[in-house]
Amino acid sequence: MADSYYDPKDLRKFPKITDWNQELGDKFFEYYGKVFEKGALSEREKSLIALAVSHVVKCPYCIDAYTQDGLQRGITKEEMMEAVHAGAAIESGATLVHATQMMKKYDKLSH
Amino acid sequence: MATKSLLARKKLMAKAEEQLKFLSNGIFKDELPTFRHQLEKIEDFPLKPKALEILQLNLGYMCNQVCEHCHVDAGPDRKEIMTRGTMQQCLEVIKTTKAHTLDLTGGAPEMNPNFRWFVEEAAKLGVKDFIVRSNLTIIRANKKYYDLPEFFKKHNVHVVSSMPHWTKGKTDKQRGSGVFDKSIKALQDLNAIGYGLPDSPLKLDLVYNPSGAFLPSNQEALEQDFKKALKEDFGIDFNSLFTITNLPISRYLDYLIASDNYEDYMYKLVEAYNPAAVKNVMCRNTLSVSWDGWLYDCDFNQMLEMKVESPIQHIKDYNEEQLQERSICVSQHCYGCTAGAGSSCQGSVV
Repeated sequence: MADSYYDPKDLRKFPKITDWNQELGDKFFEYYGKVFEKGALSEREKSLIALAVSHVVKCPYCIDAYTQDGLQRGITKEEMMEAVHAGAAIESGATLVHATQMMKKYDKLSH
Repeated sequence: MATKSLLARKKLMAKAEEQLKFLSNGIFKDELPTFRHQLEKIEDFPLKPKALEILQLNLGYMCNQVCEHCHVDAGPDRKEIMTRGTMQQCLEVIKTTKAHTLDLTGGAPEMNPNFRWFVEEAAKLGVKDFIVRSNLTIIRANKKYYDLPEFFKKHNVHVVSSMPHWTKGKTDKQRGSGVFDKSIKALQDLNAIGYGLPDSPLKLDLVYNPSGAFLPSNQEALEQDFKKALKEDFGIDFNSLFTITNLPISRYLDYLIASDNYEDYMYKLVEAYNPAAVKNVMCRNTLSVSWDGWLYDCDFNQMLEMKVESPIQHIKDYNEEQLQERSICVSQHCYGCTAGAGSSCQGSVV
């Protein structure tokens, strides 16, 4: 096993996933590119959403990529951190909202 | 933040020869293609000039600022200044050149003691677009410079100024403490006499270069963000924003190496290489003149001491027709001008 499972240099190899399945790889990259084009949302807004999601899914490659993308777009560190908090709030909220299940079950089983 | 140039600090990357050696070894030995190789692939080697449009004069490396990423390694300790004699040789060239744009740069060109005399003389020669690259803070640096906006207006000078971000934190980090506030005041002074206002003939453009080891994003989108923020926060207007990619030379190269970003940055530049940008790189329509009168393909080649490959190498011997026959000198730093939408002193080129 490599010293570090996630090597930042491996991000450069991302396009090579098409080597083992050209059709699906091409379709993915086409879709990916289209998603981040300017639409009802600006490219800047999409970059911040991507940064927040990168943290929620805990993808080191995505965090590197969208921190850099944000810098390129002039996004400030305050904006980036707020976006990460928005993601973190949803993630922790998703955990905490399950407490209602716990409470319901607790009440049902208890006198 | 450093207060002295690399030269004064006796740093290795102050030497052009060392920079070129560094840029031609390491990853460019066995991992990444050289810039020359890219040109050969599109049959554009040797790179040849197109019609000359811009004559860029570097009036000296002295500057009141010591910016983190300065490709000139400019600063208060730099003493290289164009003399009136060399300026007179430049004026002779301006009289006959086919270039429609005269572009004065530095350092801070305003710090040259003969700056005003030269602008007055050059303005009489009817240059179509007369650019002064002002760092803005010089206007507020000393009382003797307070009237520069009026002076620029009197000679119909087109002002192009650096502004790395619309927030104080990012600007001061790159250009020095207090730079943002002084720049805002200088922009307001320029606006007050008509510069950068809608429908005004007095042009005020801003130059953005990234404050770190990343490439600039889309020029139009950044221009919109700059315009919105500077208008809302400070009531400032300007005409256009030029995005410039930081080229891996001088102080920026030193920064990339020291911060362990060099390899990643060069990969980014090579991955973003756009053959379409080669068609319009600025070295093809520009000639750069150094403070001591030597001729270069661009200001970056000047800093790397790569003189034009021509029998005519000095302004005193200037012959435009002969210079147009030269081949342009290239090295790995040229990737900075061909990444993405390309980069030049006039912004994107694609």
